[in-house]
Amino acid sequence: MTDLFRPGDRVRTSRIDPPHHTRLPRYARGATGTVVEREGSYPLPDRRARQLPAEPEPVYAVRFAARELFGEGDHTVTLDLWESYLCPAATEETK
Amino acid sequence: MSGEHAGPAATVAARVRHLEALLEQRGLVDSRELDRALEAFLARASPANGAHVVARAWLDEGFRARLLADANAALPELGLSMGGGLQEQRLKVVENTEGRHNVIVCTLCSCYPIALLGPSPTWYKSQAYRSRVVRDPRAVLREFGFALDPAVQINVWDASAESRYMVLPRRPAGTEDLDERALAARVTRNGLIGVAPV
Repeated sequence: MTDLFRPGDRVRTSRIDPPHHTRLPRYARGATGTVVEREGSYPLPDRRARQLPAEPEPVYAVRFAARELFGEGDHTVTLDLWESYLCPAATEETK
Repeated sequence: MSGEHAGPAATVAARVRHLEALLEQRGLVDSRELDRALEAFLARASPANGAHVVARAWLDEGFRARLLADANAALPELGLSMGGGLQEQRLKVVENTEGRHNVIVCTLCSCYPIALLGPSPTWYKSQAYRSRVVRDPRAVLREFGFALDPAVQINVWDASAESRYMVLPRRPAGTEDLDERALAARVTRNGLIGVAPV
């Protein structure tokens, strides 16, 4: 399986609030950030926690501006996110 | 689920004992083997390991570059590893510079590089630290007595997946004459998490 994203790509996180375990923290949902690097491949915990088959998939470090996550702050937050949590950010959303 | 660790600890402990008993009953784990593995792991786990890594990185430019590029590959140079658990964990070392400071947290639970930092401090697992440091790291650092220059950019690393993080602090001024052991003695556990300068 080829990686969907590369370092520098702008990505948007899922807004879905699932009724099961997930490792996409609530504060980082529906947010746009930049891929920093690929960390490796790991099975999606959302599926593993429900004992469903889970193939390893890419996990990326993704950096967000605090302002994007919280509406304020001058720092950045970097999270480790499974590919399933991400989609390409539309160009008009990058500003 | 991101609950509070300080909740009904006794209930959790009872549940763990019950699980362990079931696993033993079914022959999936051997209790002595489990005890031995845990004791061996914890006996080696100490912030002195992280401090040793930092001191070496300050003294040896080649090691510093290898550590930042691939920490898991560099650790064995010092006889260390991120193994010891069920599987080797990926370690990412993040370097503080003149313009950028790093802070580590796990907002979902309390992921932490135990092998290099020892068991995590209670505050690291508290809901207060986990929820506030991502949102207002400067205020949290101030509460630790760490007044970071406002011009320095802060990056918070939330260990939300399989990677573990350690901060490589900046080498303090006036330490040019110190050897590796003396430098390591300057490094604190809080410095390796990013809530202290060194």
